[in-house]
Amino acid sequence: MIGVGKAKQYANVLDKPLSRGRQEVSLSAFAFLFSELVQYNQTQVDNIAELERRLEDAGYAVGARVLELLCHREKGNRRETRLLGILSFIHSTVWKVLFGKVADSLEKGTEHEDEYMISEKELLVNRFISVPKDMGAFNCGAFVAGIVKGVLDNAGFPAVVTAHFVPIEGQQRPRTTILIKFAEEVKQVCFV
Amino acid sequence: MALAAIYSLFIINKSGGLIYYKDYGSAGRMDTNDSLRLASLWHSMHAISQQLSPTPGCTGIDLLQAHNFDLHCFQSLTGTKFFVVCETGAPNMEMLLKVIYELYTDFVLKNPFYEMEMPIRCELFDLNLAQVIQKDRVALLGR
Repeated sequence: MIGVGKAKQYANVLDKPLSRGRQEVSLSAFAFLFSELVQYNQTQVDNIAELERRLEDAGYAVGARVLELLCHREKGNRRETRLLGILSFIHSTVWKVLFGKVADSLEKGTEHEDEYMISEKELLVNRFISVPKDMGAFNCGAFVAGIVKGVLDNAGFPAVVTAHFVPIEGQQRPRTTILIKFAEEVKQVCFV
Repeated sequence: MALAAIYSLFIINKSGGLIYYKDYGSAGRMDTNDSLRLASLWHSMHAISQQLSPTPGCTGIDLLQAHNFDLHCFQSLTGTKFFVVCETGAPNMEMLLKVIYELYTDFVLKNPFYEMEMPIRCELFDLNLAQVIQKDRVALLGR
C-alpha cells in the first residue's frame, strides 16, 4: 500500500532523489555564524585587503557548489553558454535560492565593454554589520563577490568580482554594487 | 515644539561600565564624567536593592519614581542593564526598553566589529534607535 510503513530504502545512496531541503534558515543563526567567520579571519590577517581576499575565498567555495546544485535542481542539467544567460542566472536563480529574493538590478557598465554590475540596496550578509570608520571602504559583501566569482569561474566565464559601497544622495546608507570584470578569454569570445 | 518624553538612555555592561549614553533634549543632558558616575552608581544601587529586598527572588529595581522624572530599568539575562530617564508618568517605557534590547541583540551583538563589554560604536544601532525613539514620540503625541 502506498504511504504506509517506513520510508523506501535505497540500495545505493546515489539513487536517492536530491531533496529540496529546508527552504528557510534562521537569519539570526546565519548572522552569528557569518559574524564569527569575519572575526576569525580578522585574527589571521594583517591588513584589510587580505581580509577581503579571505572572505572572497570562502565565498568562492560556496559559489562552486551552488552552481552544480542549481544546475541539477533548477535547470535540468543544462549548461549556460551565453554571457547574458549566466548573468541572469546569477541575478535571479542564485540570488533567489541564497537570499530569498532576486537581486535589485543587473546593469552593463558604461565605461568598459566587459564590466557588469549587480546592485542591491543592502546585502543580506551586511544587514547587521556596521563597519567602523577606521576600516575605510571594507565591505563584508566580499563574501558575496566570492560566491559570484565561484559561479562564473566554474561556468567557464572567468572574471574578477569585487563588492563596493556606492553612496546615494538622500539615503543614509549606501547601496552595494557587485562589480564583475570579465577576463581576456571571455572578452575575445563574447565581445566581438 | 515636541516635548521629549524621554530625557536620556543608558546601557551598562555586566560590570557596571557605561557602554552607551544618549540624551534627548536639554533637560537630561550631562557631560561624560557625570554620565559615567551615574552609570556605576545605578549599577551599585541595583545590586544592593537585590540584597535588601524583603521578598525572595528579587531581580533589582525596575522603576524609580521621583518628583520630576521616572527611571525605568531593564536587566537582561546576562546582566546588561538598559535604563531610561523619562518624564513622570510616561507610558510604555518597559515596551520601549524591550525594543531597544532587541535592537542591541541585532545591531550590536551580530556585528563582527563589536568587542563585548566595550562602548557601542555601531552606526546601524544609532540609526535604528533614532527611528524607534522618533516613532515612539509620534505615537505619544498622537494621544
